[in-house]
Amino acid sequence: MSVQQRDAAIVGIHEFPSRDVEGELSPLHIKAQSASKALADAGLTWSDVDGIYDAGEGGASGLTIAEYFGLSPTVIDTTNVGGSSYQFHAAHARRAIAAGKAHVALLTYGSTAHSNVARIGTGGRGMGGYPADNLESFAGLTLIANYAMCARRHMFEFGTTSEQLAEISVATRCHAMRNPEAVRAMEDLEFLDIRETTVDDVVNSRMIADPLHLLECCMISDGGGAVVIAAPDVARDCRHKPVWILGTGEATKYPKGGADITSSAAVQSGPIGFGEAGVGPDEMDIAMIYDSFSITVLTILEDLGFCPKGEGGHWVEGGRLRFDQPSEGPALNTDGGGLSSNHPGMRGIFLLIEAARQLRGESTAQVEGAKLAVAHGNGGMLGSRHSAGTVVLGGD
Amino acid sequence: MTEPTRPLPNFEESDTAPFWEGTMDRQLRFQRCNDCDTVIFHPRRHCVGCLGHDLIWHDASGQGTVYSYSIVRQSYHPFFRQHLPYVVAWVDLDEGPRLLSNVVGIEDPSSDVHCGMAVRVEWEPHGDYAIPLFRPL
Repeated sequence: MSVQQRDAAIVGIHEFPSRDVEGELSPLHIKAQSASKALADAGLTWSDVDGIYDAGEGGASGLTIAEYFGLSPTVIDTTNVGGSSYQFHAAHARRAIAAGKAHVALLTYGSTAHSNVARIGTGGRGMGGYPADNLESFAGLTLIANYAMCARRHMFEFGTTSEQLAEISVATRCHAMRNPEAVRAMEDLEFLDIRETTVDDVVNSRMIADPLHLLECCMISDGGGAVVIAAPDVARDCRHKPVWILGTGEATKYPKGGADITSSAAVQSGPIGFGEAGVGPDEMDIAMIYDSFSITVLTILEDLGFCPKGEGGHWVEGGRLRFDQPSEGPALNTDGGGLSSNHPGMRGIFLLIEAARQLRGESTAQVEGAKLAVAHGNGGMLGSRHSAGTVVLGGD
Repeated sequence: MTEPTRPLPNFEESDTAPFWEGTMDRQLRFQRCNDCDTVIFHPRRHCVGCLGHDLIWHDASGQGTVYSYSIVRQSYHPFFRQHLPYVVAWVDLDEGPRLLSNVVGIEDPSSDVHCGMAVRVEWEPHGDYAIPLFRPL
């Protein structure tokens, strides 16, 4: 193994527990509550923060965030590339810390997508102001159908089946049933028949956009969270063992003639992140991979090199991704994922939070002795324009 | 009360306005760089293959193949919810551009659409302009 750069570590985490705030809290409230609890988790306070990282969604600028939190940051980063923004933020925070421009970086996220009755997956997509939107919106492509087209092409090229895709939903639900916050989320969002599922349950659930079934689609919740990333000298004095950021990669992909939608921008970001970390996907104990839909995970597992392109369907069979079969491969989304725990629209921050829990030994579906994790966010839409952020993490 | 319509283009959007003007003559237009032959789609003012700006509009034949598709069975959009189920598809035009559109004129979307299927443009008029949809050949 090459010498790893341990420039920055996750030292504080908080996942906002409620998935339904009943319209009584704003995204800014959720961000501020989560930030204060993540700082407390680290043993730090507001005045220690000199870097703020927030996607600025909903129009809250870096200036707004700084004032609302009462901070005087020397670094502000409001990169917004959709749900993977927090992987980009972690990468940027590590670079700023390594360069000595910040010592304690605060990443925040808050959303009331459920309270707002946001039809994220099935709403109409209005004509936006951008040229590409003006050529696409007439077709009535829902977000779910966008991902479904990736699944359809994957099936066409590689013979992937719905039963294989269902394995991803089954594994994440298995993990969700061990996470009391995920179970409460499913209760609060009025899921029917909350229990561990089978492949048959998934493929017999209602078709939303062929070939994706209901149980292959993430929930729409309220929620949010915060992550504190600190320099090594700060991290050594924090309350928990540091979770080191070992490598990061960032990439984008968008439609063009001849583009292959069976692979994602992870093809670009993965090798950069793993290369920097000096470890390979086969060494990962934990794979926190953005599960907006089953196909998102299958595509990204292949793209990150867990298995060759096209073989993901076979590779995920037989419960390989479960936390209690660690010899088989990485445990997937051990918090229950977006499919069964928490998806307020941009869930990238939860990938970092649960990866850190695993490497601290605090997960509700703990993999014994977990040492290495990858948190990979996909933002935007897999079948058209999207971003990829890969963060490789290691225990102390 | 007016009937809901599909989202219609903003004809003022400057990059795509020439595409929509082409639909008045039922022409499916795309750009190609005069310097390096790169196909540009969606339309722009600059070439993404070289540093040139000399983009020429061409008329596509209107023939292509379905690259991938989905059958939408749930939508909250006021127009599309009345047309469930319907087929959205990425269509690769023979000349290179990939368009997002609908496949229409099929009996049973569950069995009558597949990747690689040959399709031809069919126009849905909206005033002087028209929306390019596709029908199996």
